[in-house]
Amino acid sequence: MSADAVAAAPPPGFFSRLADSEEWLPRILLAPAILYIVASVGGPFIAALVYGLTDVSISSTAVHFVGLANFRSVIEDPGFHRALRNTLFLAFVSQGLVIVLASTLAIALQRDFRGKWWVRLLILLPWVAPISLGSIGWLWMLDSIYSVLTWMLRWAHFLGPWDRVAWLGRPNLAMGSIIGVQVWRTLPLATVILLGGLSSIPQDIHDQAEIDGARFWRHLLQITVPLVLPIQLVAILFGFVFATTDMIVVWVLTRGGPYDTTQVLASMAFFRGIDGGDLAGGAAIALFLFPVLAIAAVVLLRVARRTEVT
Amino acid sequence: MAIVETKALRKEWGDHTAVDGVDLAVREGEFLVLLGPSGCGKTTLLRMIAGLEKQTAGDIVIGNRIVNALPPRERKIAMVFQSYALYPHLTVAKNISFPLRAQGMPRAQIGPAVEKAAAMFGIERLLHRKPRQLSGGERQRVALARAMVREPDVFLLDEPLSNLDAKLRTSARDELQQFQRKLGTTTIYVTHDQIEAMGLGDRIAVMSKGKIRQLGPPQEVYNEPADTFVAGFLGSPPMNFFKRGDLLIGMRPEDLLPRSAYSGGGGDKLVTVKFRVGRIENLGADNLLYGSLTDLAPKERFIIDVPSAINFPVEPGKDYDFVIKASDVKFFDAQSGVRTSPKPFWEKS
Ligand SMILES: Nc1ncnc2c1ncn2[C@@H]1O[C@H](COP(=O)(O)OP(=O)(O)O)[C@@H](O)[C@H]1O
Ligand SMILES: [Mg+2]
Repeated sequence: MSADAVAAAPPPGFFSRLADSEEWLPRILLAPAILYIVASVGGPFIAALVYGLTDVSISSTAVHFVGLANFRSVIEDPGFHRALRNTLFLAFVSQGLVIVLASTLAIALQRDFRGKWWVRLLILLPWVAPISLGSIGWLWMLDSIYSVLTWMLRWAHFLGPWDRVAWLGRPNLAMGSIIGVQVWRTLPLATVILLGGLSSIPQDIHDQAEIDGARFWRHLLQITVPLVLPIQLVAILFGFVFATTDMIVVWVLTRGGPYDTTQVLASMAFFRGIDGGDLAGGAAIALFLFPVLAIAAVVLLRVARRTEVT
Repeated sequence: MAIVETKALRKEWGDHTAVDGVDLAVREGEFLVLLGPSGCGKTTLLRMIAGLEKQTAGDIVIGNRIVNALPPRERKIAMVFQSYALYPHLTVAKNISFPLRAQGMPRAQIGPAVEKAAAMFGIERLLHRKPRQLSGGERQRVALARAMVREPDVFLLDEPLSNLDAKLRTSARDELQQFQRKLGTTTIYVTHDQIEAMGLGDRIAVMSKGKIRQLGPPQEVYNEPADTFVAGFLGSPPMNFFKRGDLLIGMRPEDLLPRSAYSGGGGDKLVTVKFRVGRIENLGADNLLYGSLTDLAPKERFIIDVPSAINFPVEPGKDYDFVIKASDVKFFDAQSGVRTSPKPFWEKS
């Protein structure tokens, strides 16, 4: 009897052994994601690296290894300098604004009020709309003749009835407009991430701070902000990388104009490499910020881990 | 040090009444325990006294001032939460000094004050650590140190020992009581644990469903319960009840002794009951006998707690005579549950 029972227990099949394997199961489950990332990110990235070191272009099939020549010529190009400055300016100013606005919004939205759910939804909408559509919407709003903004400014008597504003036609205004759209675009995600961070702080901590006598600013700066900082850093990292690598807003609104004053690295790489056919030059420009962004990512993630709470 | 009073204090959440007209007067320097089952409104009452929750109606008086309109920081109270609510990103030293910095104490005085508080609770060597590097008992001490460092008029403690393991809880209870005696600060302590309440309180306020059912010294609340709720809530195992006419009779399990083991003495009038043993549970120090009173209430379950020190062999299924002092038999109105004067049923027969 007992011998039969032992014999009757079947050896575990291949798949059930696999499902129990701590060694192989995670690898197999992760494999599709890794393959996808390698194919969609790694492939183009390596292609760009290779392009950057050769003289590949659309007009010729001959490819020669040229070392760092592309990077050297890019660095000597004054247009590149301006694009680099614009990129960093755009990223820092827009993300600075996003931090302040997202914190304010998140703290305001954290309170309970009627219709909170709808307000949150409205705020998140810019993030779910495709970025190109959003930008085209802004293109209309910033039109030199039909601009809603101009109309509102006239109505509020900031402008005379016949004044016009070339929102995208004057260098400073164009840059301001791009920053504005970039803020509009990244604010929702930053706000939602911050809201998540805020609601992860136990109510007891806030009550304790109140009991301990902390007023608004002390409470905010010494309790709330440090506790959401790790999460906030992640939001900043995303926003910063997004702002430095995005070209759609610039491309739709100004195409880098007027006279290249709003050109950023991503748009410049596109114009030179794809529109201009100089694949090698475009790749060199596109790769230029990679080390900077990689270092920024590592630094932010380390800081985020150091300040981790509980 | 100050007295704390609540006058007809109410709190309603929608149509649910959490605190239902509480009149409480805590004496100066007193250790008052709010005892009641979970959900009876203890925390809500404490949070209203702290100013964290706005009362629906009624007044709160702290140190002869009506503090209804004052925010927590102006009520001169300190509170310790069940979770301890230590600031996770600050070191122990910064946690303890936070209330001092918030009230604008000069920097030069903060260091010594923190050291004094830390020394009092024996946590000097933890000052540079973060809360996550502390054990439960250490966290509790830090929370207490932070509460007392600015010398409040009133301590409010919400189940501060419930996150500790049983052994630590006993020693922490002793310490807490010593600190309170030493500081002499008026203290309101919330717990659902009757043993904690009996051991700690100068007086106990027993709460149920948002109301205070009885307020008095532990022994009085235990020995002279005002109603069946208080009688049943204090004591473990709980008081036995059985119905007789329009009365409920209550007898505590430990008040009954085997007649053969009763050594007499005293002029106490004794009542004899017949008890049939059903099941015996040996708890080490005590033997719990489950059964029924064959002559008084044969249908109702009855528990007797016999100390193991009394050598009294029993067998299931047999009847034994037990005695109880007449003064230990409690009488309650069967309708309202309120205590009534004794109506000795044993004298007629
Ligand atoms: N913020 C709140 N909103 C609604 N109901 C609450 C809130 N806080 C407590 N209550 C209710 O009030 C009653 C008393 O709660 P509480 O004071 O926490 O009880 P205890 O501390 O005695 O366990 C409970 O029924 C609880 O559900
Ligand atoms: Mg509670």
